Amino acid sequence: MLRLDQVVTHYGPIMALKGIDLHVDRGEIVCLLGGNASGKSTTMKTILGLVRPTSGTVEFEGRILDGLPTGKIVRQGIALVPEARRIFGRMTVWENLMMGAYVRSGEPQREIDGDMERIYGLFPRLRERTAQYAGTLSGGEQQMLAMGRALMARPKLLLMDEPSMGLSPAFVDQVFDIIQEINRQGTTILVVEQNASVALSIAHRGYVLQNGRIVLADSAAALLAADDVRRAYLGED
Amino acid sequence: MADLISILPQQLVFGLALGTVYGLIALGYTMVYGVLQMINFAHGEVFMIGAYIGWSVFAVLIDWSVGGLHPLWVLPVLLAPAMLLCGGLGMTLERLAYRPLYMRGATRLGPLISAVGASIFLQNFVMLTQGARMKVYMTNLVFPRTWRFNIFGVNVSALVIVIVVVSLLLMWGLVALIQRTSLGRAIRAVSEDREMATAVGIDANRVVGLTFFLGSALAGAAGVLVGLYYTQIDFVMGYSAGLKAFTAAVLGGIGNIKGAMLGGLLLGVIESLASTFINPAFKDVVAFAVLILTLVFKPEGILGEKLADWKKI
Repeated sequence: MLRLDQVVTHYGPIMALKGIDLHVDRGEIVCLLGGNASGKSTTMKTILGLVRPTSGTVEFEGRILDGLPTGKIVRQGIALVPEARRIFGRMTVWENLMMGAYVRSGEPQREIDGDMERIYGLFPRLRERTAQYAGTLSGGEQQMLAMGRALMARPKLLLMDEPSMGLSPAFVDQVFDIIQEINRQGTTILVVEQNASVALSIAHRGYVLQNGRIVLADSAAALLAADDVRRAYLGED
Repeated sequence: MADLISILPQQLVFGLALGTVYGLIALGYTMVYGVLQMINFAHGEVFMIGAYIGWSVFAVLIDWSVGGLHPLWVLPVLLAPAMLLCGGLGMTLERLAYRPLYMRGATRLGPLISAVGASIFLQNFVMLTQGARMKVYMTNLVFPRTWRFNIFGVNVSALVIVIVVVSLLLMWGLVALIQRTSLGRAIRAVSEDREMATAVGIDANRVVGLTFFLGSALAGAAGVLVGLYYTQIDFVMGYSAGLKAFTAAVLGGIGNIKGAMLGGLLLGVIESLASTFINPAFKDVVAFAVLILTLVFKPEGILGEKLADWKKI
């Protein structure tokens, strides 16, 4: 479904991605592990066209995305739940969800309202706060809203950048339950995480990213068992 | 003093009319600041060109049909071309004078200086093509001086009422657009977080262009209204009006739409009070003293506080 082939991305003179190869198949949950500044977020932004690769190709459902504006890429069926949530704080919850459906502006409102109902079903807290400014929500509620906003685009592939960041452990479990639920309903997921144990427990496969290179690629179970991964990401000796 | 008190209501009405016009122009500054964090110093010139467009159309109307100029159709016929052409001019300015700079990662200073340059260019362009002498709006052909109303004991001309009503209608239309439409949400999203707005699929460049269109169209309308009111226009009129409207935007809280309208009204009323109680010659001194005091004591403006709080989240 998604394939990155030798993707190199620069921020000015700094080479953030040094030739990434990865692929995500339809129906999978794939986890991208890595520490700070390993290139995880850059990978996400490159897929979505928010930053442009210097070389290499990004392919989605057989179509090369290079050079397409982000709006077109989102319309192909890719949506992002960004790092630190980035909800629109000065807009209401309802407006944030509508922003997620921005690329579907041609569709009848009935369709969009139906999806909104589904999201309120998934996150009942959002329904209670539909008219509230998003900036007044708690961190956990904002994470729900960021996920709901991305789902409003009806993505085939959902990119999630550190969904566990800044959340309480109980809430992290809840978020990952919902990720699994979204996946069961048919959305393919590429999730970036530092919290390796939780992420690998729900993922099918995983990649480990270090300094802009993929250093390990395996099934989630094999990665959970791998000594390097345990040392680096699970805090075990 | 009793004399001053007796003319005060009259002055307040005058201040109200002036204030709504300042508010109209201030909206352009504040909207552009919202999406680009830049002050479009050529905005006053867009206002001035709006006054010239209105004047040109007016001249044609007078040529064609002497007499029978009813405000009900004359006003829209003056406003529509001024708004459309000024909107187009604003978009062109953004495209040619600002976008090439900020797309190449210029600092905030680059587009600002480019805006000052564009302002000088437009002033001189109008002076060279239209001449340096002032043009006269034959306002009394549309709004005869005898059309006056008594409202709560204050004698008000029909024109002042029309200016206030048209300005308020335009503001209401803009607020409705910003609050309730998909384009309005996109403008707010780009103002708040341009990258995230792009990530949900918004074409931020297009939204910035449309923001320039809207702000400039309002400035064009303000140009026509001011032309009708003062009856004399010239190529430098955009300079002081632009600075006043900028003051209004800062006073209300730059980036805040309601702040721009409130700031405009306040500034208009403050100016009229200064004219009444101090000296008409001092009204500009007072207006810019307000700018300086705002920047020193409340730089975020009257309604700017909430915005700053939300930005931190």
